Amino acid sequence: MARAVTTQRKTINTVVAWGIGLLIFFPILWILILSFKAEGDAIKTPIEVLTSAWTFENYGVVQERSDYSKHFFNSVILAFGSTILGLIIAVPAAWSMAFVPSKRTKDILMWMLSTKMLPAVGVLYPIYLVFIRLGLLDTRAGLVIVLMLINLPIIVWMLYTYFKEIPGEILEAARMDGASLREEILYVLTPMAIPGMASTVLLNVILAWNEAFWTLNLTAAKAAPLTAFIASYSSPEGLFYAKLSAASTMAIAPILIMGWFSQKQLVRGLTFGAVK
Amino acid sequence: MKIFVRALLGASALSLAVTGVSAETLTIATVNNGDMIRMQGLTEDFTAKTGHDVEWVTLEENVLRQRVTTDITTKGGAFDIMTIGMYETPIWGANGWLVPLDDLSAEYDADDILPAMAGGLSHDGTLYAAPFYGESSMIMYRTDLMEKAGLEMPDAPTWTFIREAAAAMTDRDNDINGICLRGKAGWGEGGAFITAMSNSFGARWFDMDWNAQFDTQPWKDTLEFFVGMMSESGPAGYATNGFNENLSLFQQGKCGMWIDATVAASFVTNPNDSTVADKVGFALAPDNGLGKRSNWLWAWALAIPAGSQKVDAAKQFIEWATSKGYIELVASKEGWANVPPGARKSLYENPNYMDVPFAKMTLDSILTADPNNSTVEPSPYVGVQFAAIPEFAGIATEVSQEFSAVYAGQQSVDEALAKAQAITNDAMEAAGYK
Repeated sequence: MARAVTTQRKTINTVVAWGIGLLIFFPILWILILSFKAEGDAIKTPIEVLTSAWTFENYGVVQERSDYSKHFFNSVILAFGSTILGLIIAVPAAWSMAFVPSKRTKDILMWMLSTKMLPAVGVLYPIYLVFIRLGLLDTRAGLVIVLMLINLPIIVWMLYTYFKEIPGEILEAARMDGASLREEILYVLTPMAIPGMASTVLLNVILAWNEAFWTLNLTAAKAAPLTAFIASYSSPEGLFYAKLSAASTMAIAPILIMGWFSQKQLVRGLTFGAVK
Repeated sequence: MKIFVRALLGASALSLAVTGVSAETLTIATVNNGDMIRMQGLTEDFTAKTGHDVEWVTLEENVLRQRVTTDITTKGGAFDIMTIGMYETPIWGANGWLVPLDDLSAEYDADDILPAMAGGLSHDGTLYAAPFYGESSMIMYRTDLMEKAGLEMPDAPTWTFIREAAAAMTDRDNDINGICLRGKAGWGEGGAFITAMSNSFGARWFDMDWNAQFDTQPWKDTLEFFVGMMSESGPAGYATNGFNENLSLFQQGKCGMWIDATVAASFVTNPNDSTVADKVGFALAPDNGLGKRSNWLWAWALAIPAGSQKVDAAKQFIEWATSKGYIELVASKEGWANVPPGARKSLYENPNYMDVPFAKMTLDSILTADPNNSTVEPSPYVGVQFAAIPEFAGIATEVSQEFSAVYAGQQSVDEALAKAQAITNDAMEAAGYK
């Protein structure tokens, strides 16, 4: 009897989980469907949309009108560049807070997190002026720095949580064996924290890839990533839903595929690491 | 080889001497609409004529507005040309943020620009942006449903007729709404419509001392008429409908009438997208017999920010994109129905263009809108569906949110007007107008 209840509960859980999963995925699925429909069909009722003819035309139009590869290249540089730069700064910071904590470590961590609570638009003008002064407007270097700064608190927090789970005695043993600080971090700490670091990298690449405030406001034609590519198909005066859907699909496809292949690492990192 | 290189350098120098401007790469910020996208596709013609390259930054209207405002107020210089509207141009021109366009070539024929457009894009008589296309608003209606209702649409109807016609055309069982109008919050969405409509009811935003006027009878009449008519004959959930939502409803045959931007005429008559393309008629926006109609006036125009380092090349582009020659280029490639409308007088003297079904009504609508004299009672501001002061966008967005709450049944007309009065007076006082 107990076994039957367990099986029934498992079935219910599975159905509920799939239901929630499909609900979350539905907007993306609908975007994908609309991207293969003519503009005239894309505004019809859901049943009519599903039964209307399928077409690749929108992808052809988008490809012809916009330079997808340039935007894609910029997105790759910004997402991975900002994440790598963030790691270079966050690993030593998280190490010091995890293994050499001070009285103020918790306060510093909270303060770092509090910067995420500031509405981005509140600092748009100061940052824009700094960018003009430094000649960083519409440059990939400038955006890499900004995206790194935005995600740095999350990277530090995640790494700090992973590092806290590593016994300090192991690092102490390395030091007793004559390892320098650099060797201790590079050859002892990093290999043990690789699963956590992998999920940190994945999450931050996704966050940087999807960031749409700074990437729209600090770029023009040269450094604009795929978020700007999508924005160029949105219009309040004119129904271009099918083309907008095609552009959106092209923009999210790379990160969706990457997320699909690395979902095990991502879930493991998130559930056993920072977000317990 | 050396001779070849010297010849090449010599030819380049000669070409620069002839044009007077070295080859530049212009960065242009623009909105995503049919006319602008068409222009992007024809840029090769400009490059072939001048040697300048063009890089486009296309953004959604509200994103673009935020983006270019940030850049121009900080003199960022990210763009050499910006696509801006009638609201921003006189304000930015007055602030010295735009390069005056008072030295365009004789061949360009600036006098050919429609006076209403030139007036709305100028400050103190100086043109600061060249209109790429202009628009007003008008009635688009289903000729078959009007006939079925036993009515005939006059060329210049009154609001009373429109309300009666809307009720007669409404067929809820068949999902047909007599009239579809904007109710969505936002100064450029529902805010624009209700402001233009209020002009025909004798309302105004401010008196000559910049006092808000929402406590006056004309505003109450406007809002009560709008809510009453939409309750009788409008679509469900109209409080969240903007241009695109109504366009979608009309194209699917779910609206008897739609009063909106003249630019929509080309969409609803396009058989590729519209199921009612061959059953659409046009009429002037309604009035109330007070001497003002409820149509607005708008232009998307090209302007050069003062921070640009490539002013000469940018002027060449503006002359090309807003010229008579460009209109002919579009007509030769995509037909007269697709040329950018509403900017030049000569277009409406062209018999080829006047054969387009909505051409005359578009022109008539533009000509009946006067941004310098838009209200029945005198008002201190320029603009038909807006007041061209920097504070307006913020105030009107808040006010339109209050109005949308009425449309959604969340508050009464009186409550919304009282809040609108307080919001507006507070903001104007804080801004130093009073």
